[in-house]
Amino acid sequence: MFAQQLVNGVLLGATYALFALGFTLMFGVLRVINLTYGFYFSAGAFIALFLTRQAGFGIWAALPVAAMGAGAVAVALDWLLLSRLRRVNAPELSSLMVTLGGVLALYSAATSILGPDIRRLPPDLVASDAFVLAGLRVTTAQLLILLATAVMVGALMALMRGTRLGLAIRAMAEKPDAAGLMGIDTGRLAALVSFISGCLAGAGGVLIGLNFNAIHPYMGEAMMLRGFVVIIVGGLGDIRGALIAGLLLGVIEVFTAGYVASGLKEAVAFAILVVVLWTRPSGLFGRAVVRRA
Amino acid sequence: MSSLDVQGLTVFYGRTEALKGIDLTVAEGQVVCLIGANGAGKTTTMRALSGLTRPRAGAIRLDGADIAGWRPHRVAAAGMLQVPEGRQVFAELTVAENLAMGAWLLADRAETARRQDQVLARFPRLKERLDQPAGSMSGGEQQMLALGRALMGAPRLLLLDEPSMGLAPLFVEEIFSIVADLKREGTTILLVEQNASAALEVADYAYVLETGRIVLEGPAATVAHDPAVVAAYLGG
Ligand SMILES: Nc1ncnc2c1ncn2[C@@H]1O[C@H](COP(=O)(O)OP(=O)(O)OP(=O)(O)O)[C@@H](O)[C@H]1O
Ligand SMILES: [Mg+2]
Repeated sequence: MFAQQLVNGVLLGATYALFALGFTLMFGVLRVINLTYGFYFSAGAFIALFLTRQAGFGIWAALPVAAMGAGAVAVALDWLLLSRLRRVNAPELSSLMVTLGGVLALYSAATSILGPDIRRLPPDLVASDAFVLAGLRVTTAQLLILLATAVMVGALMALMRGTRLGLAIRAMAEKPDAAGLMGIDTGRLAALVSFISGCLAGAGGVLIGLNFNAIHPYMGEAMMLRGFVVIIVGGLGDIRGALIAGLLLGVIEVFTAGYVASGLKEAVAFAILVVVLWTRPSGLFGRAVVRRA
Repeated sequence: MSSLDVQGLTVFYGRTEALKGIDLTVAEGQVVCLIGANGAGKTTTMRALSGLTRPRAGAIRLDGADIAGWRPHRVAAAGMLQVPEGRQVFAELTVAENLAMGAWLLADRAETARRQDQVLARFPRLKERLDQPAGSMSGGEQQMLALGRALMGAPRLLLLDEPSMGLAPLFVEEIFSIVADLKREGTTILLVEQNASAALEVADYAYVLETGRIVLEGPAATVAHDPAVVAAYLGG
């Protein structure tokens, strides 16, 4: 029972980590708390729903296409809502308010167009059988989630640590003006970072949609609360921190639901957030940032 | 090598006019210095030239092309590179990574390595610290890195904003001797300095900026003997 809960928690946490990675990347590099971020999660899930239901896509094709679709949504929204604020160095509060207004408009528009109902991916999208390994049950969907998350996190780490482009992203995260003076097109790099973040959020939406088999316009909103817990506990802009904190949150939620009460899992998550901030104001892992990836 | 011709450059911060239409010229192969008190508008001039601050009016001709209003990466690609005030090295990146960023516009690996060797020959101090985070170095070392990083981009025109600011005398000397070396090698330089005596010594031509206006200009040797300059900037 304990080991099984741990496996379920890690799998759930992997998706939280994936979602939070994009959020923390966006914050770390573009230095805005972009509240539209949760919407990319919903967008990814809905694009996958459309692709699998209407366009005959399998999950392996739908996942990357939906992720990139959400990435495109992120780029468009960043350009529409934030690029001009960045150009005039607007105070942080204005970007917060603009994205708050933007995301409320987006959710209500999405709900009025798509309806508030919970939708489901096609039942035969992934094989429903489960593998039993050393007494632990893992469904095909869970394996897929784990694999997709590992691939994406690995790719992000490789990009940030091992490439010139990743170096430029870290440089821009630290000193955007100086990065511009090096000849880095910071506007384009910002768009790229938005795209990558949007892809991570969108992929998270598809995977959570798959895990819980429930897709609705506001699903990104519930996820945003977890996103905040993870990136704050992990340290704002800290990629490794987000990864660890995401996994922890998943495990804690599953254990709270399993051993305490299902309704309390969010209360516990937020209590942890408060306690972490009291004791370690800059996150569990101190002050590391995107540039240290 | 390259030449710069600025006319009527005007910059506003909100409603305050920080630069009130300045004209200046940097001829190919020259070192031109711009001196002035705190808040005169020297950094504003530099930022407008490199595209970090958008000018309200005026023309900035780099080899004839008007680059006023270009974004910084385009100005850099045109060969005018700025070492900003306060160094602005990437503190969390290593020295080697900072140098690599300086060569961002250079796709060629072999050429990047060759330039890095040249830069390290000029700044041997950086060689021992290649894998050290730039932020852990002393101010003087960081200034060397900021200069070296710009040189990685093989500038045709170099904008230096107070390279000697806050440095110990030994480092100040080293910085000015490097500026003199670069001049000998033919690099065109616009140098902003509060250390007016050292700047006037290395420069060919000088401008004096006061509250957003050029109030005096001339060959550096002439400006260095101007009574008002001696009184205000040379502690005479
Ligand atoms: N971002 C800004 N917003 C508003 N005002 C500014 C800004 N930057 C500079 N100023 C103002 O513009 C004027 C010129 O500043 P600038 O930094 O160009 O002076 P400076 O000659 O470089 O001075 P220093 O020798 O201290 O570096 C000053 O009055 C300064 O307060
Ligand atoms: Mg200045």
